[in-house]
Amino acid sequence: MPLYLNDEQSMLADTAKDFVREHAPVKHLRGLRDSNNADGFSSDLWKSFAEMGFTGILIGEDQGGLGLGHVEAGVVLEEIGRNLSPSPFLATAVAAVEALKGSALAGKFYPGILAGETVAALAIDEQAKFRDSVGMKAERSGNGFRLSGKKQFVTHGHVADLIIVAARTAGSDADENGVTLFAVDKGAAGLTATPERLADSSIAARLDFDNVEVTADAVIGEVDAGRDPLNRLLRAGRTGASSEMLGVGAGAMDMTVDYLKQRKQFGVVIGTFQALQHRAAHLYSEMEVARAATLRAQQMLDSGADRADEAVSVAKAQTGLASMLAVQEAVQMHGGIGMTDEYDIGFYMKRQRVLAEMFGDANFHADKIARNAGY
Amino acid sequence: MSDDLETFRAETRAWLEANCPAEMREPVRSDADVVWGGRDQSKLTPAQKQWMDAMGARGWTVPDWPKAYGGGGLSPAETKILREEMARLKCRNPLNSFGISMLGPALLKYGTEAQKLEHLTKIARGEIRWCQGYSEPGAGSDLASLQTSAEDKGDHYLVNGQKVWTSYANYADWIFCLVRTDKTVKQGGISFLLFDMATPGVSTKPILLISGYSPFCETFFDNVKVPKENLVHEVNKGWDVAKYLLGHEREMISGMGLGSSGGNPLVDGAKRTVGLTGDGTLADPVLRAQMALFEVRAKAFTAMSEKFIDELKAGKAHPAQPSMMKYYGTELNKSRHELMMAAGGSDALEWESQESNNGAAPRAWLRTKANSIEGGTSEVQLNIISKRILDLPDK
Repeated sequence: MPLYLNDEQSMLADTAKDFVREHAPVKHLRGLRDSNNADGFSSDLWKSFAEMGFTGILIGEDQGGLGLGHVEAGVVLEEIGRNLSPSPFLATAVAAVEALKGSALAGKFYPGILAGETVAALAIDEQAKFRDSVGMKAERSGNGFRLSGKKQFVTHGHVADLIIVAARTAGSDADENGVTLFAVDKGAAGLTATPERLADSSIAARLDFDNVEVTADAVIGEVDAGRDPLNRLLRAGRTGASSEMLGVGAGAMDMTVDYLKQRKQFGVVIGTFQALQHRAAHLYSEMEVARAATLRAQQMLDSGADRADEAVSVAKAQTGLASMLAVQEAVQMHGGIGMTDEYDIGFYMKRQRVLAEMFGDANFHADKIARNAGY
Repeated sequence: MSDDLETFRAETRAWLEANCPAEMREPVRSDADVVWGGRDQSKLTPAQKQWMDAMGARGWTVPDWPKAYGGGGLSPAETKILREEMARLKCRNPLNSFGISMLGPALLKYGTEAQKLEHLTKIARGEIRWCQGYSEPGAGSDLASLQTSAEDKGDHYLVNGQKVWTSYANYADWIFCLVRTDKTVKQGGISFLLFDMATPGVSTKPILLISGYSPFCETFFDNVKVPKENLVHEVNKGWDVAKYLLGHEREMISGMGLGSSGGNPLVDGAKRTVGLTGDGTLADPVLRAQMALFEVRAKAFTAMSEKFIDELKAGKAHPAQPSMMKYYGTELNKSRHELMMAAGGSDALEWESQESNNGAAPRAWLRTKANSIEGGTSEVQLNIISKRILDLPDK
């Protein structure tokens, strides 16, 4: 499989580009923020994503979806990133869909996701920094389980219809086995969600589980074997976040290169200055390399390759670093106007920071690569 | 189609297994293990010669060139399979050559039929070793200001001047050379000539580098007579050929960013000198972090290289993308060797000892410093990216 988009994927990219730019440009985000929107996203927009078929990209055709892959999901995510569109797409249509794949619960939740009615949230972070360990307890209780503990950084966790929760049913925090993944319904008794607005104006919840009762039907996959669906969720989420960061970084870079061609100082456009040209060219190079790493990870996931995990970590780390450079250079090269709320470039910087942190930052993934290489 | 490719793969694998000598499946350890071909083949080992000749006879030293010019005539898919199967068996590159990586593509595009038949076949079989006459003492980054002149003498050109940084000119049989045929215009006064290094008036002088080696020469031309038929493309249009060829040179140099094919010498070296702690991580946590972040970039660049090649074959690559590849790959390679020196500690400082393989590590480290200078400096590449890809203005 060559490492570029095929004709169908390029057509989807054009469709997604036009659609997201028209329906959810940066001013859509600005509007939600300025109106103090309590959900953190627009339900109407989510429905129109479904009407376009986007929410079914990773759902098999036999279950009513498009039966496409991570490359196609990434194409949509890049446009979401480029327009900073607040959307449940990454958590719901990518990460949750992958976690549910092949489980009995897919039949319960896929129709709502396909219809743009169900929103999923991922309750997997227990500390400020993502870790592989799972400490939250799920104790057996009758036919089901009782969940107790805290989760944080749960995007849309205060309004989601479905909350995917990683909890420990056996062993200790860092153990590979003994993790179980649960699908918890909205409004479960004992579950308190505290919405927190983040730096990028998105809303993530802190979740407090106080003896939340779930039935055995809420288990995704097998008890104690939740690492399988959790790893699917993480691979998809990390690769998807990489695509979204590519969009954020590319959007910031394009705005900046345009600005370099327009802004005049000392009687010339500042894009004639070699100091700025070289920085822009270096940024372009980092972004190109990140794009290749991301496409490689997506293609490996789609072909079920064994070594996909490393490719996913490389993509998340490189994209995180490249897009961080993009937004930093963007604000600096815009000068004073880049510091104003009125101008959009600051939103790019904020969104990049949130995505870079999600599912483990560049340091986390570099460490993982080193560990797997035996050092 | 895919059945045909599977058949091709099976046949290729069987042929390689039967024809690649065991010594040619060992990792390349030093410069002596790299085969360049040329008129003087006295320094080749029997296995090196056997492997080069076998691959050359099949056209597989240049698998994607047309058969008429000594190539393998393979499709892009077949070429990829051949490379995969060679990698699987750890076959060495049978022939390293500026003829293959630089002149060949330029001749395929700009050469006359006679030039292609004459030169490409000999390149493919490793019979003639080429060098590149580009840089001059006064024309480095500003290559188009070159002054070596070629005067039209009716049936021949008379070449006078000096080149510098001519890689392995002292071992080369022929040179492809940029010369000035019109002094009144800059780029538009340059022509592209081919000539035999044995022609009277050609002399070379090796330059001793900081690595202690002399891979480059000064090359002098004193009334060198070059037949008219050795002009490539039209007179005063050599800059087109030069730029096209530089793209291929940059691709070749960017490949250095990929590092060695077997094992991970950086990690192995650090484990040996620094050691691991009880939890299996490197005992020097700062070096470990630097290495890990380096590996992210190196692995991402590996994907980039494959993407670039795929796009190139499909005609989707931006014409200036080789500049990005060259810039990134060479800077990455310098970082790798800085880390290898840091990991190696004082072991890596030994210059002549047997344990250090005659100072392989420090000499390689110093050699990489030229990567971001030769073939156009990093700064020149950034200029090209900013102007041709980002479309940033000159004035």
